[in-house]
Amino acid sequence: MSAVTFEHITKTYDKGKVLAVNDVSFDVKKGELFGLIGADGAGKSTIFRILTTLLLPDSGRAAVDGYDIVKNYKIIRGSVGYMPGRFSLYQDLTIEENLNFFATVFGTTIKENYELIRDIYVQIEPFKKRRAGQLSGGMKQKLALCCALIHKPSVLFLDEPTTGVDSVSRKEFWEMLQRLKEQNITILVSTPYMDEAVLCERIALIQEGQLLSIDTPAAIIRSFPSELYAVKADNMHKLLKDARAFEGTASCYAFGEFLHLTFKNENNGSAVFLSYLSGRDTTGIEIRRIEPTIEDCFIQLMPEGQTENKNGGAE
Amino acid sequence: MRTIKFLLQKEFRQIFRNKALLPMILVLPIIQLVILPLAADYEVKNISIAIVDNDHSPYSRKLISTITASGYFKLTGYTASFKQADQLIEKDQADLIIEIPAGFERNLVRENTEKLFIAVNAINGVKAGLGGAYLNRIIADFNTDTRLEWIQPGRYNAVPQIEIAPSNWFNPFMNYRFFMVPGILAVLVTMVGGFMCALNIVKEKEVGTIEQINVTPIRKFHFILGKLIPFWVIGMFVFTVGLFVVARLIYGIVPLGSIVLLYGFLGVYLVALLGFGLLISTYSDTQQQAMSIAFFFIMIFMLMSGLFTPVDSMPGWAKMIAQFNPVTYFIEVMRMIVLKGSGFSDIKYHLLKIVAFAVVLNTWAVMNYKKTS
Repeated sequence: MSAVTFEHITKTYDKGKVLAVNDVSFDVKKGELFGLIGADGAGKSTIFRILTTLLLPDSGRAAVDGYDIVKNYKIIRGSVGYMPGRFSLYQDLTIEENLNFFATVFGTTIKENYELIRDIYVQIEPFKKRRAGQLSGGMKQKLALCCALIHKPSVLFLDEPTTGVDSVSRKEFWEMLQRLKEQNITILVSTPYMDEAVLCERIALIQEGQLLSIDTPAAIIRSFPSELYAVKADNMHKLLKDARAFEGTASCYAFGEFLHLTFKNENNGSAVFLSYLSGRDTTGIEIRRIEPTIEDCFIQLMPEGQTENKNGGAE
Repeated sequence: MRTIKFLLQKEFRQIFRNKALLPMILVLPIIQLVILPLAADYEVKNISIAIVDNDHSPYSRKLISTITASGYFKLTGYTASFKQADQLIEKDQADLIIEIPAGFERNLVRENTEKLFIAVNAINGVKAGLGGAYLNRIIADFNTDTRLEWIQPGRYNAVPQIEIAPSNWFNPFMNYRFFMVPGILAVLVTMVGGFMCALNIVKEKEVGTIEQINVTPIRKFHFILGKLIPFWVIGMFVFTVGLFVVARLIYGIVPLGSIVLLYGFLGVYLVALLGFGLLISTYSDTQQQAMSIAFFFIMIFMLMSGLFTPVDSMPGWAKMIAQFNPVTYFIEVMRMIVLKGSGFSDIKYHLLKIVAFAVVLNTWAVMNYKKTS
């Protein structure tokens, strides 16, 4: 049985004016670490809020642990853990008091499920008398995770848990998630960071409320349709302009210090491109074939008009 | 029950931990109750008066000394002409001018009648009205006294006389504090109970904690009760301190009526008020919004509740508003029980109306609360 089913859900805001989620369907298996990947405003939080029974969808149906989110919302509220994107614990209560409060709310005690949170809790335990409002971002996030876990939820919803957290803490956080997965807790996590996508077992790429693709990260990368090249030159701005002007270019966008290019002609596109560049006195050219990342797949999957926008922003 | 218990525990812990809010709830109302009645004084003293005496006779001097000896007036000018006195009013040094005409004594003695001229600076309406009235009264007394000196009353009065001897019931000395203090206490309890409660609930929305709470098995009903009960208790506490510490020790006000009845009414009143607070909170998303709404109602509650000016003297539309103002009833009941010693049968209609307020406001609030979240 699936831990989460999401079938043809559509949700609009402002009486239908803003389309937040457009006919999205997916399934999450029991014990799976599932990632929702998408930029800000893609509709990730809306999906979480629907699944945690905070929002009603306009159409479609969804279920958590087999319980319908509309009819059996009370059961769901008792059995899932939710960590909203914004820190939502009581800032004027201490770590210990927050944890105790949420344990009591769910009719349990810290002691009962201490095993589950121990790894995380020991890191913040030295500060347990400190008020939550005075914690650092990383500690707040650990506390929020503890509070979401304290009742041993069957499904854990983490809405952008690593946004605004430093890279070391981010790495630590994902290690914690891997350990939780071993406890057979289904985890649904959303993130705008593409590099975190590969840490999930399966991911769904979302853009403007629409699902672009849903598979394992490896499969998504494999399904990248063409060869991808990274190109570098001394004058990057000129290179970008030249590459865009080149008729053999299928796609072209700035990616870190490189340009990522795909060519229309699969066989010798790169060779033709090089000879094209040599006629335009470009210096310091470096070109090599690379494995696509999730971000490349994401850009490639985006509808045409949006790709242009994205490139425009990256220039 | 258990849920309510730990929600209350959490709520009280947060309230007592908030170093900015706690004094606001507990200390400020007490300070206000100590200070406000001293300022909200209806008795007007120290009215500056300028006198233009054109007569300079024993009688005119007697009149002047009667006026200045009354304690209400302060002689700030004794001028030779009305023009000079008028300038004192221009400079705001005099509130009243009394002009004694030349031949005052002569006409009084000979013709038994004389006219005085009083000019009043009406910029401050209360001062002008009361000052003029005081002065009239003093002159009337002077008139009677003078007549008594001349006329030996015969066996029968030549002219039939009606003398009025008023007696002030329930507040024999007309001490305005006796009716201001209970009224102000009523308003303060209203603010602490209703508005603090609204702000507290909105805070959960603003900070986002309500989001986390909503994904737990806590029922909305429990959550609301957990919010209302602490402020019900705080309202009771502030009232108790106000009544037994400030009103009794500082102003010497001892309620004549039943304390149980007073608290019974307060209990119901607070329920109505907390419903109002909850209603405000369902219509606002931030504390700033809630504060603005609260401020609007505070003004109406203060000025249209009969605290300062009697409801009966308001125009018809204002009376309507006052009738939909729960504070009106509470102030009335406070004054009735504290000053008059009214019993249950005297306030039962007030109580009935407050119960209606409680039912309507709470139902509305809970319905709206469910709809919005």
